[in-house]
Amino acid sequence: MTTDAFEIPNLTLALPEIWMLGVACLVLVVDLFSGDRDHTPAYWVAQLGLLSAALITVQAQWGLDVTTFDGNYVADAMAVVLKVTVLLLTFLAFAYSRDYLRERGMLRGEFYLLSLFSTLGMMVIISAHSLLVLYLGVELMSLSLYALVAMRRGSPAASEAAMKYFVLGALASGMLLYGMSMLYGATGSLDLAAITDVAAAESRLLLVFGLVFTVVGVAFKFGAVPFHMWVPDVYQGAPTAVTLFIATASKVAAVGLFIRLIGEGLEPLHGDWQNMVLLLAVASILIGNTVALVQTNIKRMLAYSTFNHIGFIFLGFVAGSAEGYGASMFYAVTYSFTVAAAFGVIMLLSRQGFEAENLEDFKGLNERSPLFALVMLLLMVSLTGIPGTVGFYAKWLVIRSVVDAGVMWAAVFAVIGAVVGAFYYLRVVRLCYFDQPEAEGGPQPSGSGGFRFVLAANGLSVLLLGLFPGALVAVCMAAFG
Amino acid sequence: MLAEYVPILLFIIVGLGLGAVLIVAGFILGPRRPDEEKLSPYECGFEAFEDSRMRFDVRYYLVALLFIIFDLEIAFLFPWAIVLDEVGLFGVAAMGLFLVILLIGFLYEWKKGALEWE
Repeated sequence: MTTDAFEIPNLTLALPEIWMLGVACLVLVVDLFSGDRDHTPAYWVAQLGLLSAALITVQAQWGLDVTTFDGNYVADAMAVVLKVTVLLLTFLAFAYSRDYLRERGMLRGEFYLLSLFSTLGMMVIISAHSLLVLYLGVELMSLSLYALVAMRRGSPAASEAAMKYFVLGALASGMLLYGMSMLYGATGSLDLAAITDVAAAESRLLLVFGLVFTVVGVAFKFGAVPFHMWVPDVYQGAPTAVTLFIATASKVAAVGLFIRLIGEGLEPLHGDWQNMVLLLAVASILIGNTVALVQTNIKRMLAYSTFNHIGFIFLGFVAGSAEGYGASMFYAVTYSFTVAAAFGVIMLLSRQGFEAENLEDFKGLNERSPLFALVMLLLMVSLTGIPGTVGFYAKWLVIRSVVDAGVMWAAVFAVIGAVVGAFYYLRVVRLCYFDQPEAEGGPQPSGSGGFRFVLAANGLSVLLLGLFPGALVAVCMAAFG
Repeated sequence: MLAEYVPILLFIIVGLGLGAVLIVAGFILGPRRPDEEKLSPYECGFEAFEDSRMRFDVRYYLVALLFIIFDLEIAFLFPWAIVLDEVGLFGVAAMGLFLVILLIGFLYEWKKGALEWE
């Protein structure tokens, strides 16, 4: 038997993941031995670790396009953008959720630990260049998320949400794995580059068969209609801190999953998956908008409106072009920062024994806290996609790529969907500004100074991105240039 | 390409067939003369003490989990030890890293009291 000489992989390329693993282990050990009731040392180690990991990612991987670990791992510009986004979102999630979790007695070191491992899984997905590594990342991300959803152990709603998430997530993983096994069977390789070559050379039924299952698996992880049934229950049942994390970071990672596996890996089959993705996008926009109209729970409303945005992200994939992927990535990045701030406001208004979950709780927010009413106004207007906000540029880029791809009707449909979405987003603005609060005065903003500062900065960043979107657009487009 | 799998299909058919034939043959050909003593359950010759479907401590699962983790560690260590002179410093460092990560997990379970039976 002959074997290739063992080659030591280029470890510096994979430094961000190695660093994150070290941070997660350090948080575990620090939390074990600190004995601090508020887990302050673990919190600071985690936050500093996340920020430094973002810096390391830019340092180690920006401007490159190389693979290492025998082609299993890729470092390129797309990986940098998505990883930095995921890391910053995790940072925001930690900053927002600290008071919230402490008041509910859920502040445990394991929250940081599981979130960090989940983040590590997302980073692995984003830089994966073979089916095996991709699946490893998906499982590391998902298993940590299932445990996080179940963190509120005494609550039946959380247990139900965790159970649903686990069973449906396992089903999705099974679908994904089945599709991957088909791809492996048809191409004889786990390496995505080799799979692309084989797929380009010959068209086989088995490949398309595998493609269908992988698309279904990825759509499950996204929560795209018609594979969306778990999303509202999980959003509502999970602690808001975890909902924030799932709604933002895992979606960004899913964009990476799609582009690596289907967008680039199965690029030669674009003609086959284009219509599948188009169907998912249109169904998501339709169902998301119509059902979000009648929601009274703001977490459920955000869950259903997520479908609308996932629809837009999928629309960007339809073209299969660099512009399309860049538009989708820009959409996912800006959307997740906007939604992170929206969940931040929800947690700001929640206090012990009270969840600001109903739309009524936002009545007259302007009188109680003009600053955060303004932040909420900004977020909702941006999510609607009104010109001048970052949401508008994201929608515009996606729709332009769809028009370029020649799918005119889908572009028209998306615009109509955005107009329908205006109703339920602007309803929140109306509640904040024009309605009188309930008799007892409604929930007051709580939370420490640091929390308020980060939230205000998050809102401001959404505003600034709306005023000066050029730089981020350029970065997203350059990632696929 | 599917033709390559024919031997596996044959193997499955033969395996299932043989299993079924043996069970059915035993069922048909075996002598059956049941009496009370033969049908009653027993534990090592004694009368059964209690129902076999009883609750047992969740900590058994914990012990089983820990066992699997360290069993796997051994399963990795053995082949590594055999080729130790070939893997070089990189191999030693990689295994050291693996052991450190396991050690952190061990530290966690120890501090959290997973090893305390009471």
